[in-house]
Amino acid sequence: MSLADVPLLFVLAGLVFYIVLAGPDFGAAIWQLTARRDGRGDRLRDLGHEAMAPVWEANHVWLIFVLTVLWTAYPVAFGSIASTLSVPLFLAGLGIVVRGAAYALRAGTTGVGEARRIDMASALSSVLTPFALGAALGGIVSGRVPVGNAAGSLVTSWLNPTSVLTGLLAVVTSAYLAAVFLSADAVRMGDDDLAAPMRRRALGAGLVAGALSAAGLLVLREDAYPVFDGLVHGAGLPALMASAVAGVATLGLVVARRYEPARYTAAAAVAAIVAGWALAQQPELLPGLTIDDAAAPRATLVAVTIAVLGGGAIVFPSLVLLFRLTLGGTLRGGGAGAAEAVAPGPRALLGASRHGLLVRAAGACLIAGFGLLTVLDAGWAHALGVAVLLGFVLLGFLALLPAELWER
Amino acid sequence: MSAALLHLALAPVEQDHLLQARQMQALSFAVHIPLVAFGTAFPAMVLFAEWLHHRTGDPVLLTVARRWTRIMVALFAVGVITGTILSFEMGLLWPNFMATYGGVFGLGFAIEGFSFFLEAIFLAIYVYGWERLSPRMHMLSAVPVIITGFTGSFMVIAVNAWMNHPTGFTMTAGKVVEVEPWRALFANPYFWHEIVHMYVAGYIVCGFVLAAAYAVGRLRGRWGRYERAAFAIPLAIAALASPVQVLVGDWAGREVARMQPTKLAALEGLGETETGAPVHIGGWYQDGAVKYGIPIPRALSLLAFHNPNARVRGLDAVAPQDRPPVNVTRYAFQTMVGIGTLLALLGGWVAVVRVRRGRLPETPWFFRAVVLAGPLAVVALIAGWVTTEVGRQPWVVYGYMRTEAAVTGAGGIPVGYGALAAAYALVAVGVVWILRRLAARPLEVEA
Ligand code: HDD
Ligand code: HEM
Ligand code: HEM
Repeated sequence: MSLADVPLLFVLAGLVFYIVLAGPDFGAAIWQLTARRDGRGDRLRDLGHEAMAPVWEANHVWLIFVLTVLWTAYPVAFGSIASTLSVPLFLAGLGIVVRGAAYALRAGTTGVGEARRIDMASALSSVLTPFALGAALGGIVSGRVPVGNAAGSLVTSWLNPTSVLTGLLAVVTSAYLAAVFLSADAVRMGDDDLAAPMRRRALGAGLVAGALSAAGLLVLREDAYPVFDGLVHGAGLPALMASAVAGVATLGLVVARRYEPARYTAAAAVAAIVAGWALAQQPELLPGLTIDDAAAPRATLVAVTIAVLGGGAIVFPSLVLLFRLTLGGTLRGGGAGAAEAVAPGPRALLGASRHGLLVRAAGACLIAGFGLLTVLDAGWAHALGVAVLLGFVLLGFLALLPAELWER
Repeated sequence: MSAALLHLALAPVEQDHLLQARQMQALSFAVHIPLVAFGTAFPAMVLFAEWLHHRTGDPVLLTVARRWTRIMVALFAVGVITGTILSFEMGLLWPNFMATYGGVFGLGFAIEGFSFFLEAIFLAIYVYGWERLSPRMHMLSAVPVIITGFTGSFMVIAVNAWMNHPTGFTMTAGKVVEVEPWRALFANPYFWHEIVHMYVAGYIVCGFVLAAAYAVGRLRGRWGRYERAAFAIPLAIAALASPVQVLVGDWAGREVARMQPTKLAALEGLGETETGAPVHIGGWYQDGAVKYGIPIPRALSLLAFHNPNARVRGLDAVAPQDRPPVNVTRYAFQTMVGIGTLLALLGGWVAVVRVRRGRLPETPWFFRAVVLAGPLAVVALIAGWVTTEVGRQPWVVYGYMRTEAAVTGAGGIPVGYGALAAAYALVAVGVVWILRRLAARPLEVEA
């Protein structure tokens, strides 16, 4: 392994996180479509919404992460992929727009009718988005994205046997992961009667996902032989087997109603199959384009690696905090109520004399800022000028607020 | 395959719909950027209201903070999806730009990704933690949101500054070599005025739009303690930020004069290089000069170079095919400056009345002015970006890559453009709907 491979590992890891974390977000919306139009059906829909609302934005960022690392570290590959696969990627973008808008809008709904309609739109977009993204991946897997500016077919690059398979697999996997996660969430939130229908859905989707994966190998053999070969005869074989084992274990855990560990085995199954694909396809990123050739100059690779490791050191603990608070029930969509006030009792914070002082200080800052930023030409003066003007806004803000706000 | 071949592999293509691609890009930005103003400025205002509530014990301020939180989270979600579309479009519309220069500026976006993570994480903790976190922890969780609102803008503007003033790499035989990504992004002299100007703009837009909403209420007779508090906080911020923006904008103009003289000439419609160049207000640029404008002699030389007799480079300094479209750029610029001046005057009015009389202005005309200030601030924001981006034309990477060399070879751009416009129209309807819904909620619910 060389430096040129390192960002690709980040991309693949990001892809796994995206599938495992954002997939259930789409899947939850898909299940809302299957909920009946009665009281329990509505609660099932609310469950899907409430469990995901606090985390969907963070989960979604994994996609942005994948894109940005890809275009920084492998610009030529990114340009080729984005131009040839522009149709499915654009469809995925539209789907994400609808899905995200649904989150924004659901907060304003009154009554179940409106919520149902919004859930319907978000469910349809949640089928579209994973399918389109999966189909795009299928185009890469089956070697249909040549190097160049829209050099491949805009149609068959994503409408072909492998793409249809990976697209369907993405939809079913999303639904499956969602059902597993929501079963766990239902138990955790004390909605035990919702856990049973979710469990049935999980088992059904799990079986379909397993069958699709098996059928998928046959499709790959016909349509994407190099990757098939790598998966069953080459470096990808151990990963393929690990994925199968983890998949079966997940089903077993769901049967045994052990939903929490099932989350992790399900994630492992996804991670293993992504790893298997990567191993089977390397060292080529696109036909005729090896990873080494595609990689950006060394300085960029070093910079990306530093940025991802440094950023990860901050983001991972924060993500853990978010999931612990969510899974621990501290964060939950919906709900109302008020945080306790730590009222220090009535007090006038700003007496008349302090107010005059604030006004004068703010005025002085404005004049100094004008001199530094506008009259002088040196860089240091501009920096100082911006700082002083910031002081003007802060001091002025305190002075400008009506006195009645500071009272009580 | 060698790197030189690779560069050729994504060579420029014929694209009949370059114009639509550019319009699609502009539309996507024009939708994203006002939302982003809320993403950067709103958390600080919400946090301030919550903090003041805890200081004073005033339940009205808690109502303000909680109602604002709902609006903030809805707008944030729309900001996220429109930003995602932008990220897609970088590749979908401009693959050759990404393929050639992604290695130079992409780092900025990669770091921005982490900023988005933190923003989304702590926003979720803040929004969904109202009931169950202690007040101190709850307020603390807003701090990273405020910081990442800044760092997110920081990174993306570093990219924009780089496009306007590319540094940190060398071109050899049409190929990017010797890349220094850190220097390209963070040691770029074009960067500082852009980030400061944009950040201040965020507070102006968020402040005036919110204040405008409550001013409408006031004109319709809704003026309880809640409305007064919710009006005063954003108004105070925006009123102070507007005069500052005039100073910062002037600084931006001087930096443009120094580093992008052609853009400056387009902003001012200066056809020929002149000493003691004037500024024209209004008018129309035609055949190398501004017609029917009101001239202010020597003002341009004075403003741009602090010397009334300074020589200012005109558009004639570069070949015709290297000049940006003058009237679009110039009118966008004049719109921004005009609105900026009016907003600063409005801010001055607020400050003078508050200091002299000890209260905010109360005449209906004042509230009508604030109602107008909200949309005008948004217009100024978009006009400013049109100034920057259209003024950069015909280059996507200033002086290095032309926009037509960056564009995709894929067909169907008009279809995509239409679909996106339709989707955004629906989203706009949805946003209006949700904001009205949230505003219509009875106040007692959370007080
Ligand atoms: C509320 C918004 C707002 C207001 C009131 C103003 N501006 Fe502005 N302006 C922007 C919002 C903006 C912006 C955020 O849209 C831009 C686009 C790129 C940038 O850095 O800031 C911008 C760009 C921009 C540029 C081009 C910078 C470049 O290309 O790098 C100049 C020269 C000015 N502005 C000058 C002014 C002046 C002289 C103003 C006041 C009288 C003014 N702006 C008010
Ligand atoms: C002046 C320019 C820009 C500024 C100041 C800016 C700032 C922001 C901010 C503060 C957010 C947080 C969401 C919100 O507040 O609504 C956001 C979201 C986003 N922006 Fe922008 N942005 C700009 C341009 C761009 C560009 C050019 C791109 C991509 C090419 C982009 C991509 C994104 C993405 C992907 C998100 C969603 C992040 C998430 O999933 O949480 N933005 N932007
Ligand atoms: C800060 C991040 C930004 C980045 C990285 C960015 C990048 C780009 C790119 C790649 C293009 C297409 C190539 C070109 O036409 O030169 C473009 C065009 C354009 N952008 Fe930006 N942009 C940014 C912010 C904005 C914002 C906030 C607006 C607000 C409206 C905007 C308005 C436009 C317009 C109007 C065009 C089309 C210009 C033309 O073709 O005449 N940009 N930008």
